[in-house]
Amino acid sequence: MSVFIIRRLMQSVLVIAIMGALVFFAVNVVGDPVDMLVNPEADQAEVERVLHALGLDRPLHEQFWFFVKNALRGDMGDSFIFGEPALKLIVQRIPATFELAVAALIMAVVVGIPCGVYAGLKPEARTSKAIMAGSILGFSLPTFWVGLMMIMVFAVMLGWLPSTGRGDTVQVMGIEVSFLTLDGLSHLVMPALNLALFKMSLVVRLARAGTREIVHQDYIKFARAKGVSEGRIILVHLMKNILIPVVTVLGLEFGNLIAFSVVTETVFAWPGMGKLIIDAINNLDRPIVVAYLMITVILFVTINLVVDIIYSLLDPRVRLGDLKR
Amino acid sequence: MSEAARQPAQVPAVAAADKVRVETPFRRFVGDFFDSKVAAGAFAVLAVIIFIALFAPWISPTNPYDLATVDVMDSRLPPGAESFTGTTFWLGTDGAGRDLLSAMFYGIRTSLGVGVSSAAIALVIGCCIGLIAAYSGGRVDTLIMRVVDIQLSFPAILVALVLLAILGKGVDKIIIALVLVQWAYYARTMRGTALVERSKEYVEAATCLALGRNRIIFRHLLPNCISPLIVVGTIQAAHAIALEATLSFLGIGLPITEPSLGLLIANGFEYMLSEKYWISFFPGLALLVMIVSINLVGDQLRDVLNPRLQK
Repeated sequence: MSVFIIRRLMQSVLVIAIMGALVFFAVNVVGDPVDMLVNPEADQAEVERVLHALGLDRPLHEQFWFFVKNALRGDMGDSFIFGEPALKLIVQRIPATFELAVAALIMAVVVGIPCGVYAGLKPEARTSKAIMAGSILGFSLPTFWVGLMMIMVFAVMLGWLPSTGRGDTVQVMGIEVSFLTLDGLSHLVMPALNLALFKMSLVVRLARAGTREIVHQDYIKFARAKGVSEGRIILVHLMKNILIPVVTVLGLEFGNLIAFSVVTETVFAWPGMGKLIIDAINNLDRPIVVAYLMITVILFVTINLVVDIIYSLLDPRVRLGDLKR
Repeated sequence: MSEAARQPAQVPAVAAADKVRVETPFRRFVGDFFDSKVAAGAFAVLAVIIFIALFAPWISPTNPYDLATVDVMDSRLPPGAESFTGTTFWLGTDGAGRDLLSAMFYGIRTSLGVGVSSAAIALVIGCCIGLIAAYSGGRVDTLIMRVVDIQLSFPAILVALVLLAILGKGVDKIIIALVLVQWAYYARTMRGTALVERSKEYVEAATCLALGRNRIIFRHLLPNCISPLIVVGTIQAAHAIALEATLSFLGIGLPITEPSLGLLIANGFEYMLSEKYWISFFPGLALLVMIVSINLVGDQLRDVLNPRLQK
């Protein structure tokens, strides 16, 4: 097990290093670093000063070490717009994005698994067909458009839910959260549902496919013959086995949720890091863009690592297969 | 001369009924495809959308980007309203007074064009890389597949976002970004299929005939790998269209001079809070219909082209 983890850990570090080099290459070689990293409103003296501070007046290989050293110290430059360290601005926004993503994930699982299991147990029923048609729609609907239509219906026409922002927040261990206040919760519902829609369809499909495969297995028949109640068969025997693919896919999809929150956050003006990066791109606030890239790369590599480890715990064949190679 | 007449002994059924059409693989494929009413409907809708995309400048009621005919006085009219000059705006007008229906026709043209061309370019590039991986094996194969794995572990929207943040706006740039996002799917499919096909007897036979390697790859192997690629290509085209719309909506995709459906929806965003729903609603509906029909056609293609799923 530890050999497996160490191997994966080394791979992850390698990926982060390569991505860091790519980001450096993209900013410094493809684009004009002066354009990208110096405030366009700066005068000549300011440009010189920033160039020197960033080491841009030195040869490329020295610049690269400068970038690496600064990045390792967590220094990604200051935002042009806010005048604060880019990294700090992004880290401040992480809790809002995570709250949204976790809420969406919970919604996807709580709605998706029962629907999928039902559709798998009774594939011919009308309700099941409706669920599957709904899941096709969930795959095809453009997230941002659904968000707009939700605002249109629930905020503008019916006036039930607020359309922008996070609402009242409470501090829990120094982190602002929305879901503990009624107002915050009402702000959270629509964006979370919007973000969850795609994953919900995915979970429905996975749960249905898993259920259809598993109900014909011998151990289910045996449990039935033994007189185990139908509820226990579904909740214990069936659920345990459909959870393996669902957990893996959802783990991988959690990263996707964070990436897609860019769209949802823009639609609902949710103050997370997705909104920050879009604003930064539109305002040409390059330090934030670079810092965001590095943070998401690290985030994704970590998520993939964790999923790999969890998966290997759930299914020993994975780690054994990896060791044999 | 028909095939039936040439080979009466082998195909007695066809020979008996002289006027029965010969079942070529293509005809069988078409027949199977239209077995499903849903798929046939989706195909018809898609045909209409492609027609609109090809002939948008000629079938649009007005030219939405001709400043001489657009009147700001007509802005934000509800669907069905008439302008002072007597033109009826069946789907209303947008914030600048453009006929929404015409703007949508042009938007469909842009969206479909960008989606399909990027999917096609990615298909060619991805296939070449996949073939190289499958045929070289060893280190090259491992390296290419590692890159594919790493790229696919990042969400497409994030990769596209990063690329556009570096490249900037523009039709060419969004196509580059979409190609870079998608090539890995084709490369993986191509490699997998090519590895399976490569070990089959007909390739062995061709090798025994001392045919050139390129000839084997392009004349024998590639035609047999096409069906999974068509399926992946269809689904990816739908993805590309959705992704382009999303990026344009976020304001980092296409420039305002090339309005796609995503941009039209974004334009309607600001008017939505005053209940002027149609500016965002109809372009979104068009986008949805387009994506759903492509997906349904892709699903049916997969069912028909995959012999394992055949009844």
